[in-house]
Amino acid sequence: MAQVEVRNLYKVFGSNSNRAIQLLEQGMSKQEIMEKTGHTIALQDVTLEVERGEIFVVMGLSGSGKSTFIRCLNRLIEPTSGEIRLDDEDVLQLDKEGLRQLRLHRMSMVFQRFSLFPHRSVLDNIAFGLEVQGVKKGQRQEAAMRWLDIVGLKGWENSYPDQLSGGMQQRVGLARALTTDPEILLMDEPFSALDPLIRREMQEELLNLQAKLRKTIIFITHDLDEALHLGDRIAILKDGLVVQVGTPEDILTHPATDYVAEFTRDVNRSRVISVESAMIRPRALASRHSGPQVALKLMQQEGVSSAYLVDQNRHFVGIITLDDALAAARDGAKTLQSYITTDVPRTSPDAVLSDLLPIAAETAVPIAVVDEEGVLAGILPRVSVIAALAAGANGNSSPASFSMNGSRAPETQPDAESEAEKAVVPEL
Amino acid sequence: MQEFPDFFELPLEKWIDRGVNWLTVEGDAFFDAIGGGLLQLLLWLEGALLWIPWYVLIAAVALVAWRVKDWRLAAGSAVGMVFIGLLGLWEASMQTLAIVLAATLLAIVVGVPIGIAMTRKDWIESLIRPILDMMQTLPSFVYLIPALMLFGLGKVPALIATFIYAVPLSIRFTNLGIRQVPADVIEAAEAFGATQQQQLFKVQLPLALPTIMAGINQTIMMALAMVVVASMIGAGGLGSEVLNGISRLEVGRGFVAGISIVILAIIMDRITQNMAPARAKAVE
Repeated sequence: MAQVEVRNLYKVFGSNSNRAIQLLEQGMSKQEIMEKTGHTIALQDVTLEVERGEIFVVMGLSGSGKSTFIRCLNRLIEPTSGEIRLDDEDVLQLDKEGLRQLRLHRMSMVFQRFSLFPHRSVLDNIAFGLEVQGVKKGQRQEAAMRWLDIVGLKGWENSYPDQLSGGMQQRVGLARALTTDPEILLMDEPFSALDPLIRREMQEELLNLQAKLRKTIIFITHDLDEALHLGDRIAILKDGLVVQVGTPEDILTHPATDYVAEFTRDVNRSRVISVESAMIRPRALASRHSGPQVALKLMQQEGVSSAYLVDQNRHFVGIITLDDALAAARDGAKTLQSYITTDVPRTSPDAVLSDLLPIAAETAVPIAVVDEEGVLAGILPRVSVIAALAAGANGNSSPASFSMNGSRAPETQPDAESEAEKAVVPEL
Repeated sequence: MQEFPDFFELPLEKWIDRGVNWLTVEGDAFFDAIGGGLLQLLLWLEGALLWIPWYVLIAAVALVAWRVKDWRLAAGSAVGMVFIGLLGLWEASMQTLAIVLAATLLAIVVGVPIGIAMTRKDWIESLIRPILDMMQTLPSFVYLIPALMLFGLGKVPALIATFIYAVPLSIRFTNLGIRQVPADVIEAAEAFGATQQQQLFKVQLPLALPTIMAGINQTIMMALAMVVVASMIGAGGLGSEVLNGISRLEVGRGFVAGISIVILAIIMDRITQNMAPARAKAVE
């Protein structure tokens, strides 16, 4: 069951918000309501679910309502109507003390401009959550020291926020949010104020940390790259409406609207396209016990220069090349056993295509896609890797992709193609 | 020229007279109690300042000055105070100092909470603000007389008048200081479940402290500015010296008392200016 369920959430800024919602339900547009009543509709019928332990990214441009949304979750902004269920408890029904308990123990927040307490040392900033809980000084400082260490700020405990760089300040912000050990971490554009290199570094660290902590993270961003990189799932928000919710792959491959498609057009698709969606079925597939004649026939039928060998459970064994099969036939061997090439690059179906670029550059044969059980799921010819990357990029960047394996490949593209073709099993 | 018609008249003057008279009679016990308390405070302060040997007090002031700033301020303060002593105005200065300190203390005790209240609700601010404007612009003689009627001649009405003149600054600066605390920092405190009280004491007041300290500094300056006026109704101290000097045309006497006030003002100003904690200053 989802940990956080948001149902029909509305937020209207203005004095008579219910009237504005009525007008909205009568089919009046946001602009009309704005002109007529002066009410701003920040969130409109937002319904979504966040699973336990996932990074759920809410992505939108400025004015999309994403900051309002995240503040509705801990009621820093009071929603106008709707439901926010946290483990089946309606957050909007909590009284003042209940809400305080929620903020103290279950939900904490990381802010875009860090929002550290400038008059408190780094350690006292990190310990703030425990301090307002009423935890004793020694105990809370001990906990704060632990988190200080985890975020890599050991030795800075007595410094003040204004003595730290932006990236370090946000580490303090992150440690401050984690020290109360909340179930849910609300992150409001936490890395947007950082410069790109630091941002990248912080993203990686968040992912590393999340691999260990498995918190439920609701992450706001305006940066699609960041959303795709961090999000297990992504919700795209536009003018207060949820346009699409899905995995990064869904968003890229099946944009729900033109708006989303527009967004995703410029993204470097390689980063998130999985091997699974780019691999193809091996056409020349033979049993490991086949003889050379069978393999040669298969290759001839399919017009390829190598065959894939599996055992009776479809577990991948290796490949046999045309030359080796011919040699086996010449030697009069009964099986191909001693002619099999097992030194074949492998990858898993979940791997990300761009990570394979170095392998694709090195290998002469297609990459074998093998799942956890060792079953051959498909193959990935190096042209497929490069073509998929090129399709995602702008037209003129495809030669650049090819030149990446220039160290091994012949100088001209046609030659590179033919060399690849020779190794590739199926001709596409 | 058209004269303003006199057949129609707003008798505000008479109302106020009647109100003050009523208060003087009916509120006698009440004002006596307040006046008694204030007098105790004032006499205690004056007694303490005069009981402490002059060299000990000078050393103490110098030590404080050295702690908050540097040895130069310490030396300057010590020289200034010795100079006042040499002028033969030590006792008068201590009387003045006592009334200034008492008025400032009152202004902090009353002013800071009112300043905080103003930040809580906007309607409180819009209620208090015009009252503060009035307190600051109304010529002080205007409320000197009713203070005199309510509390009788002496140090207490002088203290009240000084307080009325000085307290708006501590209220205003407290209000300003708390309102200047960045909203995102308060939001962060709220997001971590801090109560209103925790937000106030752990975030808002510490961050507003430099501004509040500036307000206290200004309160002291205002209180010192009132000493001559207050001496007209019996505040005593350096103010009386100035007043006597003027009324008897003793230019020198008035002048040395005036210089002593200036010296006291400079010492108190420099010390309180540097009292805000170093860390909070960086925040400003």
